[in-house]
Amino acid sequence: MERLEILKTYKIYIGGKFPRTESGRYYSPKNPKGELLGNICLSSRKDVRNAVVAARKAYGDWSERADFNRSQILYRIAEMLEGRKAQFIDELIVQGVSQKAAKQEVELTIDRLVYYAGWCDKYKQIQSSVNPVSSSHFNFSVQEPTGIVGIIADANSSLIGLVSSIAPVIAGGNTCVVLASEKLPLCAITFAEVINSSDVPGGVVNILTGKRTELISPLTTHMDVNAIFYSGKETEIIKELEESGALNLKRIHSYDEDWNKESSQNLYFITDFQELKTTWHPIENVGGASSSY
Amino acid sequence: MQDKKKMSNYLIPDFTLSPRIDKVGVEERVARFQTRSIKSESKMQALKMALNMIDLTTLEGKDTPNKVRQMCYKAMHLHDVYDGLPTVAAVCVYPSMVGVAKKEVINSTVKVASVSTAFPSGQAPLEVKLIDTKFAVEEGADEIDMVISRGKFLSGEYNFVFDEIAAVKEACGKARLKVILETGELVTLDNVRKASDIAMYAGADFIKTSTGKIQPAATMQVTYTMLEAIRDFNDATGIQIGMKPAGGISNSKLALHNLVMVKEVLGNDWLTNEWFRFGASSLANDVLMQILKAETGVYQSSNYFSID
Repeated sequence: MERLEILKTYKIYIGGKFPRTESGRYYSPKNPKGELLGNICLSSRKDVRNAVVAARKAYGDWSERADFNRSQILYRIAEMLEGRKAQFIDELIVQGVSQKAAKQEVELTIDRLVYYAGWCDKYKQIQSSVNPVSSSHFNFSVQEPTGIVGIIADANSSLIGLVSSIAPVIAGGNTCVVLASEKLPLCAITFAEVINSSDVPGGVVNILTGKRTELISPLTTHMDVNAIFYSGKETEIIKELEESGALNLKRIHSYDEDWNKESSQNLYFITDFQELKTTWHPIENVGGASSSY
Repeated sequence: MQDKKKMSNYLIPDFTLSPRIDKVGVEERVARFQTRSIKSESKMQALKMALNMIDLTTLEGKDTPNKVRQMCYKAMHLHDVYDGLPTVAAVCVYPSMVGVAKKEVINSTVKVASVSTAFPSGQAPLEVKLIDTKFAVEEGADEIDMVISRGKFLSGEYNFVFDEIAAVKEACGKARLKVILETGELVTLDNVRKASDIAMYAGADFIKTSTGKIQPAATMQVTYTMLEAIRDFNDATGIQIGMKPAGGISNSKLALHNLVMVKEVLGNDWLTNEWFRFGASSLANDVLMQILKAETGVYQSSNYFSID
């Protein structure tokens, strides 16, 4: 008798768990050949709310971890992804990517994670500063994470765009709520499984699938979201982000990047989601060679 | 105890014969309260009602007069940027803080409740408990939250528990008496029912689930069992008793489920803060955030609400 293949139920990822959408709805995206990709959760605004609550809960622990530990965990994600390469390549092919391009995309994704893992304990050394002041103070500025970042991931790729936006955000100690690509959602949920088995605490990354037109508004108006990472160039969306982001002065960053390029990674994707804290520390002597600092 | 018997014309029953509770049945019934669909207008009304039923509480060893003053301010000014909000029902503090709290809320409708009788354990002689209670009342407490002697209850000394409650009730004078059963230590729902009956017949004005120091606290199963006891007591004697679930009700959803339960078990008469209270410290902010969400359409952040 021929064996019946067991198909995966694609669910969303909130607070380290894989619930179905609270709305109970789903949609059925198709690949360019017209084949069904699967029944995917059509998340609702309440899922956004739950995800933000989970992200806030995870924020304290994640942002206070040693930078080196965050680095280890990002590297761990890369290790896990390496082990499941074949699965991601298959999924990309199902979603209409060629065999060669799929392999390239997965490998670049792994390398990108390693790249940002390397930055975790270094970006502060490069970006922070000791500032000359004319009073008896040791004055220095250091980066701190912005908080909860809403990520609207690249609509035209399933894996590389998603990871290219998540990695720098969590490398900097933020937690995030991610809206996966609407047309190509498969890798997002499989990537959630990778995250879930990589020592990333529950709630640091939360991934939702569904309609952007429905989910962008509750995410960008949410008073507990501190920044938005938008990957794309639709002016309508950018306008909406700027408008609703003004409610609580969110940092809004829009990137029109081709994430498949090797150069689409740099330090500024991390520092865009950092706040600069300057400390004035009283000392006896003003600067100079005689200073004990 | 004798007085009350004469006054109200009812007999004290044998508490060993209190009804047994069907735990599975209670769980099924409670699950159904959680499936009610509450539409936005009713929800808004319910949220404001819940706010008005809160006993804003601080019961910690580290409480200072200023912490209490700050909480009293919050009790009267929940979120001033939004008009039309009620105040909470009361502030709940230790006896040593009653004087401070009373002075703060004197010109408002907010009442001062004080825990007493060697809260939270209740492990002190009766004389000490009575002095504790009288002190709180003299300092100006409008309500006394006493704890029952769980050790005595569990060893079957129901008369001891009954007499103790009756004695504290007498010491309360005009102050209303809430009797804390500490259901987390009573273990079974049968015991919760029995303790509720004892408390009500001994003169409680309110029965309250927990001190907030023991887990589990106010689960819906426990509250439901106590609400049924209140209903049966009301049927038998015609006397209305209040209910206060305390501890563990930290979000609006739970509060709304509780209100649904009160309405369906006891009816509208209990839906005021004279007869129903929430003992909570973090519930108020969550309810405020829900109200603001309903009003503005935007999910809120705790960053924009006072801590206490």
